Amino acid sequence: MEMDKRLQLINISKTFPGGVQANKDVSLDVKRGEIHCLLGENGAGKSTLMSILYGEYHPDSGEIWLNGEKISIPTPKIAIEHGVGMVHQHFMLVPTLSVAENIIMGMKPLASFLWDMKEIEKDIARFAVERGMKINPSALISSLSVGEQQRVEIIKALYRGVDLLILDEPTAVLTPQETHDLFETLHKLAEQDFSIILITHKMNEVMEVADRVSVLRDGRVIGTLPIANVTPAILARMMVGRDVSFNLEKSERAYGEPVLRVQALNLIGDKNRQILKDIALEVCSGEIVGIAGVDGNGQNQLALCITGLMKPTSGHILFDRKEMAGKSPLEFLKTGVGHIPEDRHAMGLVMEDSVADNFMLQRYNDKFFKKLGFLNMTAIMEYAKKLVKFFDVRTNSVKTAAGNLSGGNQQKIIVGREIDRNPKLLVAVQPTRGLDIGATEYIHKQLLQQREKGAALLLISTELEEILALSDRILVMFGGRIVGETSAGRANVDKIGLLMAGMQAEKE
Amino acid sequence: MDFIFSLQLLLQATLRMATPLVLAGIGETFSERAGVINIGLEGYMLIGAFAAYTTVFYTDNLFLAILAAVLVTVLFGIAFAYFTITVKANQIIAGAVLNIIGLGISGYLYRILFAQTLKASAVRTFQQIPIPLLKDIPLLGPTLFDQNILVYSTYLLVPLAAIILYKTSLGLVLRATGEHPHAVESLGIRVIHIRYGAVIFAAMLAGIGGAYLSIAYANQFVENMTAGRGFIALAMVAFGQWNPIYVWLAGLLFGSTFGLQLRLQAGQTAIPYQFLQILPYVVTFIALIISHGRSMQPKAMGIPFEKEGN
Ligand SMILES: Nc1ncnc2c1ncn2[C@@H]1O[C@H](COP(=O)(O)OP(=O)(O)O)[C@@H](O)[C@H]1O
Ligand SMILES: [Mg+2]
Repeated sequence: MEMDKRLQLINISKTFPGGVQANKDVSLDVKRGEIHCLLGENGAGKSTLMSILYGEYHPDSGEIWLNGEKISIPTPKIAIEHGVGMVHQHFMLVPTLSVAENIIMGMKPLASFLWDMKEIEKDIARFAVERGMKINPSALISSLSVGEQQRVEIIKALYRGVDLLILDEPTAVLTPQETHDLFETLHKLAEQDFSIILITHKMNEVMEVADRVSVLRDGRVIGTLPIANVTPAILARMMVGRDVSFNLEKSERAYGEPVLRVQALNLIGDKNRQILKDIALEVCSGEIVGIAGVDGNGQNQLALCITGLMKPTSGHILFDRKEMAGKSPLEFLKTGVGHIPEDRHAMGLVMEDSVADNFMLQRYNDKFFKKLGFLNMTAIMEYAKKLVKFFDVRTNSVKTAAGNLSGGNQQKIIVGREIDRNPKLLVAVQPTRGLDIGATEYIHKQLLQQREKGAALLLISTELEEILALSDRILVMFGGRIVGETSAGRANVDKIGLLMAGMQAEKE
Repeated sequence: MDFIFSLQLLLQATLRMATPLVLAGIGETFSERAGVINIGLEGYMLIGAFAAYTTVFYTDNLFLAILAAVLVTVLFGIAFAYFTITVKANQIIAGAVLNIIGLGISGYLYRILFAQTLKASAVRTFQQIPIPLLKDIPLLGPTLFDQNILVYSTYLLVPLAAIILYKTSLGLVLRATGEHPHAVESLGIRVIHIRYGAVIFAAMLAGIGGAYLSIAYANQFVENMTAGRGFIALAMVAFGQWNPIYVWLAGLLFGSTFGLQLRLQAGQTAIPYQFLQILPYVVTFIALIISHGRSMQPKAMGIPFEKEGN
């Protein structure tokens, strides 16, 4: 083994009990002081591979070498002892405890007294500053922003003496500025000879931060390349296995009349928490209005109010000038509101039911699908087959349970169902979350087609790229308010980023 | 009657009545902090009470009796842990089953061993051990320092529990385990081990609390003699916001209602005694209503731990 190799994985394979083979003969090496990106679509096997390295899963076969020594990693404890740390996609922090408590947890034998908290907090603060980060060790985790929590996760790993740090999709929850800060921190760490493995499915991040990149597809390594030798197009082809077009065709269009008008909308939740405050917005026919924002700033509740699933505390929701606030979801449906909900498992589909039944969720009462008061199964099946074909849902039968389909195909069922009702207003929340590039492309095209047909679209997404690619106008939400509006276009990215972080954009 | 003297009697009774509640409540606090709620404290206590009584009856040895109570309840604790932690059964259902089993087994064995043969009789009990000098402090002396050893043990147990929970590495891990077990597991600490430990600790203390009822507070075993104390201990944990000190204070509050009820009955008030007897339960009810909502309840309490990456 060469000594500059911090890590070497040789022919790692892993099949889950259900039969999914998540990793197939994966080989890969990481050098000292290197930022190594692991790029791949959702489900490519990135998290599984890293969980194996961190001792959370056990490989069926293959070898792990650290510092030129072959070892086995049965538990995270052993991984940490070998200097391997991991920042998970979902943070492993206890919200009710302080930063320092989270960091030192488990570092002493259970049957011993803790350090003096004041002392340890000082030490942690000093430790963090030395590595280019700032945190307040006595703050409660629950009082920190997502970006700060991530910093705590990184320090938690480093404080244990880790020098090979794995970060699983760390930017998914960050604003653009926070992402930028994170990358700066990672560069500093790499300069201090730490090795970093960064998991991502975003090509622009790889281009920005990586020294080398390994692309995973269907559990296999397609290749490992130095960043100087790749372009986004090359990476996309490696990830997807075919050429990908980046530019969506989007026509210039004059908008029509306003379809949706929201005025002075307020929503007060549990414990008198103001979830939505004075929301005002307008969406016209033939227009896509994008709402950008970090997850959890009221976007989801706004979507629920506009689709009638949640009753606002006060304010107006005018649909074609008709007051809808306080009406039932059914009345919203009848007036032509379509909804692609945030969580397709919980709200979009009945996972146990067949594809055909899922198409019927809002239409079981149409006379077209009824005969003598009973459901007309022949008509339903024919309709389902038509939709499956039209919206390219890959399933072996319309009687297959929706839960057995892949995420992309599940989403196509929902999009197809909503679009086929010819909605005048389509509210799409995170319409491509967790989907591969192919399915994302397809759904974006469908949304643009609705715009061509003159529907009004409200697009709510935490993926800034998606908002930028589709929207005619962009609103930014923070803390339950709409804090700013910009026209579409990349020129405004910095401004949007600041707004997303809750900072008012500087006056231009 | 002299007011001071009757206050002193009330306080003494409060402490005596509080002791089994505090024992069970402190154990349950640890268990819930680790994420396992056990509504079967009543069952543990009955089993403990019966095991202790039987042991004293046959051996006349009080410390052997405590040991027996601990051993037997710990066996049940291991079974409860196995079902709720390893098999991942619903904790509420498992706790309900434990209550039924505890009531059934203790009652059944009591009848077989004692009631039918009319052998049952009063046994030796833990006697008061007045502590010289301290016991002469007015009011507080007789209240705090003229009690039996089990009451004294709670003076150590409560601060010790608080120190363990807030000042040791184990305590930090315990507090985290009930909130976010995956975070604990990701640091290489086995959540399952922590939970087993906490559940068994809770069983042990509830067993001692039960033993207290049959061989310290009373001098015999009576079917269902816990009379809901397990549930009151459960309520104390929530009312005391999962903090050993507050749980202890809650125990004193509930103990005082038991004590007051007894004193009032003895004092021959005009209120029918049935109303006085429900006093502790009414106070429990009110306490639960008050503590609802501003809860520090561990987030992962009641949820079996499923190990997975992500
Ligand atoms: N615990 C699990 N049990 C069964 N299948 C799993 C499990 N975790 C992941 N998988 C499957 O393994 C594949 C790879 O998943 P993952 O490693 O999470 O991908 P990525 O992190 O690249 O998105 C997916 O098909 C996923 O559904
Ligand atoms: Mg992943």
